[in-house]
Amino acid sequence: MSKDEKVADLPNTSLPEGLVFDPERGARWFTRHGHTGFLGMEYHDHGEDWIELALPWREDLVGVEETGVLASGPIISLLDNATSMSVWTRQGTFNPQVTLDLRIDYVRAATPGKTVIARAECYQVRRSMAFVRGIAHDGDASDPVAHTAGIFMLVSSEGWAKP
Amino acid sequence: MSEYHLPPYARAMGMEVDHVEDGAPVIAMDFATRVMGRPGFLHGGAIGGLLEMAAHAALRAELERQGSDSRIKPVNISIEYLRGGVQERTFARGEVIRAGRRVANVRVEAWQGDRSKLVASSWMNFLLAPRKT
Repeated sequence: MSKDEKVADLPNTSLPEGLVFDPERGARWFTRHGHTGFLGMEYHDHGEDWIELALPWREDLVGVEETGVLASGPIISLLDNATSMSVWTRQGTFNPQVTLDLRIDYVRAATPGKTVIARAECYQVRRSMAFVRGIAHDGDASDPVAHTAGIFMLVSSEGWAKP
Repeated sequence: MSEYHLPPYARAMGMEVDHVEDGAPVIAMDFATRVMGRPGFLHGGAIGGLLEMAAHAALRAELERQGSDSRIKPVNISIEYLRGGVQERTFARGEVIRAGRRVANVRVEAWQGDRSKLVASSWMNFLLAPRKT
């Protein structure tokens, strides 16, 4: 079994520390589980230090019933996941980390019915922290829905996840 | 205040008004697979969504007291994640720092069993837009 298959076939428990992280397979694995799976996130694209995840519009994720505009909660989750995975994408390996802080500017409301795409980049990794930034858009990256900046703390795998 | 109506997203996530404290609704969310991030812990985005809902509810209540029915648009949020959210019911409550004519500033905190041990702390800014009648 190759390392790539391991990522895809793991049960719903923690990924082993230092596992080779293939962004596409890794993202497809994450998007099948937990909150990420519930929201229906999908892998979209990636490069050396960036990854894109998509969140298709869904009626039960709406924040304003009269307009059908997606709630901002799912946008936080989308940007949290995309920025988090951009760290592993840049490192090429999976390592336990937790969100230290995340700031999001809601530039405009997402268009009802449209899929929201998050493009997240890890622009620096230090010994204990990874620095990330990203945007969310609904088709035109030059007209973003949201902008984000955040920091992840790189932590020990002990107690990081509970089976 | 009149009953706070939670939007579809909040209901899908299992959020509900637990009680009202000093005029601001305390929003609660039970642990479930749908809010889980790394195994056994709350997803940061689910915590963020809960914080936003509590901030929104606190602001709506404050505006109601002021006799305003302005529309509320989130401008930005900054979240500090203070400790991992475990497999327990999570609470969040917002505190309106200032609700002006065009902008409102709200602080929000989330906690679980022990209120003195916050899971997350946050500030949020909102744009207020009077309804066209």
